[in-house]
Amino acid sequence: MNIAFTELTPIKAGEMVRKRELSVEELTKAYLKRSIALDGEINAFLRIEEEYALKSAAAVQKRIDAKEELGPLAGVPFGLKDNICTKGLETTCASRILGGFVPPYEATLMEKMSRGGAVLIGKTNMDEFAMGSTTETSYYKTTKNPWNLEHVPGGSSGGSAAAVAAREVPYAIGSDTGGSIRQPAAYCGVTGLKPTYGAVSRFGLIAYGSSLDQIGPIAPSAKDCAAILDMISGFDEKDATSMKTQFNAVAQLEGGVKDMVIGIPKSYFGEGLNGEVREIITAAIKVLTDAGAKVEEFDFSILDYAVPAYYIIASAEASSNLSRFDGVKYGFRAEDAEGLRDVYLKTRTQGFGSEVKKRIMLGAFALSSGYYDAYYNKALQVKALIKKAFDDAFAKYDMILGPVAPTTAPKIGESLKDPLAMYLSDIYTVSVNLAGLPGIALPCGFDQKGLPVGMQLIAKAFDDEKLLCAAHCYQQLTDFHRQFPALAGKGGV
Amino acid sequence: MSEIKYETVIGLEVHTELATASKIFCSCTTEFGGEPNTHCCPICTGMPGVLPVLNQKVVEFGIAVGLATDSEITPYGKFDRKNYFYPDLPKAFQISQLYLPICRNGVVAIEGEGFQKNIRIHEIHMEEDAGKLIHDPIFDTTHADYNRCGVPLLEIVSEPDFRSAEEVIAYLETLKAILQYLGVSDCKMQEGSLRADVNLSVRPLGQAEFGTRTEMKNINSFRSIARAIAAERKRQIELIEDGGKVIQQTRRWDDAKGVSYAMRSKEDAQDYRYFPEPDLSPVVISEEWQEEIRKGLPMLPKERKAKYMEGYGLSPYDAGIITGIKALADYFDEVNAIVGQPQEVANWLLGDFMRLAKAGEGDTFEILLSPAKLADIILMVKTNVINRNTAKEVFAAVWQEDLDPKQYVEEHDLAMVGDGDLIKDTVAKVLAANPKTVAEFKAGKEKVLGFLVGQCMKELKGKADPGTVNTLLREALK
Repeated sequence: MNIAFTELTPIKAGEMVRKRELSVEELTKAYLKRSIALDGEINAFLRIEEEYALKSAAAVQKRIDAKEELGPLAGVPFGLKDNICTKGLETTCASRILGGFVPPYEATLMEKMSRGGAVLIGKTNMDEFAMGSTTETSYYKTTKNPWNLEHVPGGSSGGSAAAVAAREVPYAIGSDTGGSIRQPAAYCGVTGLKPTYGAVSRFGLIAYGSSLDQIGPIAPSAKDCAAILDMISGFDEKDATSMKTQFNAVAQLEGGVKDMVIGIPKSYFGEGLNGEVREIITAAIKVLTDAGAKVEEFDFSILDYAVPAYYIIASAEASSNLSRFDGVKYGFRAEDAEGLRDVYLKTRTQGFGSEVKKRIMLGAFALSSGYYDAYYNKALQVKALIKKAFDDAFAKYDMILGPVAPTTAPKIGESLKDPLAMYLSDIYTVSVNLAGLPGIALPCGFDQKGLPVGMQLIAKAFDDEKLLCAAHCYQQLTDFHRQFPALAGKGGV
Repeated sequence: MSEIKYETVIGLEVHTELATASKIFCSCTTEFGGEPNTHCCPICTGMPGVLPVLNQKVVEFGIAVGLATDSEITPYGKFDRKNYFYPDLPKAFQISQLYLPICRNGVVAIEGEGFQKNIRIHEIHMEEDAGKLIHDPIFDTTHADYNRCGVPLLEIVSEPDFRSAEEVIAYLETLKAILQYLGVSDCKMQEGSLRADVNLSVRPLGQAEFGTRTEMKNINSFRSIARAIAAERKRQIELIEDGGKVIQQTRRWDDAKGVSYAMRSKEDAQDYRYFPEPDLSPVVISEEWQEEIRKGLPMLPKERKAKYMEGYGLSPYDAGIITGIKALADYFDEVNAIVGQPQEVANWLLGDFMRLAKAGEGDTFEILLSPAKLADIILMVKTNVINRNTAKEVFAAVWQEDLDPKQYVEEHDLAMVGDGDLIKDTVAKVLAANPKTVAEFKAGKEKVLGFLVGQCMKELKGKADPGTVNTLLREALK
């Protein structure tokens, strides 16, 4: 054994491949074996694509042998959330309605990753259509939190976060509409970045809330996330909302936080925040101030409106985005349906889970004539106010710091019993999506049950590099991101 | 019917398919026809995860139509989603414009027999077309063809400014000419690239408020539109006269039967749950862009008609017809550039030419003859090589087949007999053969001269100038 899986970060793995200490095939085979072995317990993957992975590995090795200039992550396996289209590989959004759907096209993200020599080994579990905060709304399976199998991994990118936490893969890709990268990253003790809206192409990402969705990395560290961001970001002519930005985050990691001014929204530390989480975040703030950052509290009471505005906008867009799943062209169609209306009705009744149906109804209602102004339009106004509040804050602060979620990961089954409480637990993350900003979750401690706590850093639009730099600085001074759950401790390559 | 006189009030929604090479949100071809589902891709068939990207040409065309109709161009426009379920709409929403359409408040001047007025344009918006459902009666199944899905459309919505079917037809013809001149649409009604929804109500003459309107959808020829308007006017008046009430509803016009049927009423109208399309950026149109397009605008039908009247001395009627079809006006210009006889060219075009060119299906206007050939024919008449009757024969021949008019005249020995002696001999021969007719003429029966001319022309196999024959006959009869 050359190296333990727990030491093998994506960047380290890429380095070893480049230095020919490991072949891409060796690395891929090792991770395939490991993920198959561990996933029986964790259920992070919906499908592990062995044949596909080995084929990609051989192709990448050939390119490396041909001295092709690939990125720092060439040859490194990864897991992909199942709402991102993979040409020739089933893509289901963890929904029954897309069961058996094999896209005849590739998401732009996949094209970029293939160009960078990344090796996909499987599609990860998620909340159905990314609607949920626990990965329990998946039609296919419930993913467990590797730190404690009785707890959820968070969601909706719970499969991706759990797979990384258990080191089933060096890193994974998720998507974040209201916290779906950051919250599971926090619950699983890994680092998750939601880039600025428009930084990563959404072409091929099966939409939930189009104006909020953003693809991003989940990895052990901010440094890893920087390398992944560099590979996946940039303008895409297939996505009209993508921006002409090409990040070079890896090159800007070492700037430190000295003289950075960090704003702390008072409302982020008010009622509803678990005491242990509060203490751990407070300690994290101290690490940054010790490193030279200045900290200032400020009022951010607009936050109270973020959750309702988010659920109206996301659900409204979802109600429209998910209308195409009607049983006519692909995926699931109810067998007992007769006539067009019946096909629509029965296919959608049987094909969607209850959380998805709830949000479709909520969204359709908010858009319906007579209610549009009271709900959807009002939510858009709140969105504009939130954006403005952030703009005002970023006039004074380089960054905003707060918790990712009010608590650590709840037990499986707990959240769905009280959906309102589950929605409210999105309070610290959704406003970032409404404003289109970059946000990062990074591990900063453990509660008494041994469950990870994450803190969140938020920056202004397209300051993703600065965000990663601050996160990296914190991780240079702490080792929470290097800790791993017991079940991940064995084995190596 | 009672003594009350009724006024018809009509507003039109005209959909025109734009002649862009590719679709509005993807790079598929917009070409008409093709095997079902061969002109489509994951984007226009709305597969999961795909995104639309706006074809800038559609915006350019929208601006051009806006400028040509004196509309206000919206500097900051947006697309909206119109949500409804139907198998010809694979995303289950149509990307259209509700809140901020590309143009507003335009005007189109129309004229016809006994009227001349301005029709106000309420708005013009961009949207995508839906696919087509094809029913298979044998297996009782329905198939979807997505070739038309995503073909760009402009919807031009008028104010309720029309008071008769004639005004509606004049407007459609004017609009069609404008769209063709701009090159933004081929306006082929039988291929669906120009279609109109007719909103119609009636009210007692003099009443200020509008009556309740009905909407008739997708009527696909000018003739059917006129028929549908007459029938719907009659239906509504009869309903009111019988003490009934017009219900606001959408009706389907059955052209074969000449009646319309109720499709759905306002009560069960769908709620389209419009909201701003989040996948597209706002449509920002700068002053500079507008100016650039304005500068590139071709001469429009109105200006061209004025030019033909003032510059060439054509009558308003002739000028109107020729400039009403861009292809015809272009053809006119080409022929006239060679022969320099505008009235002569106009006569040809409005006579045999129009008859033959319009003989095709529906409103297709197909020109089979090159301008140079018609110019040759006109020049042969001008230089007395052939007479008018021969010219018509040559025209018919070269229209049918790809022949050279000059060569045709030569091969068929159709050139006029320039030789005065031959004509004189013929005249003498004809007079000798028709003593009775000669006597009648001398007795003052002028009419019979025509008969004698005819006889001479027959003898000469039509190859003489009838005028010359006429003169020589008169001389001989003195």
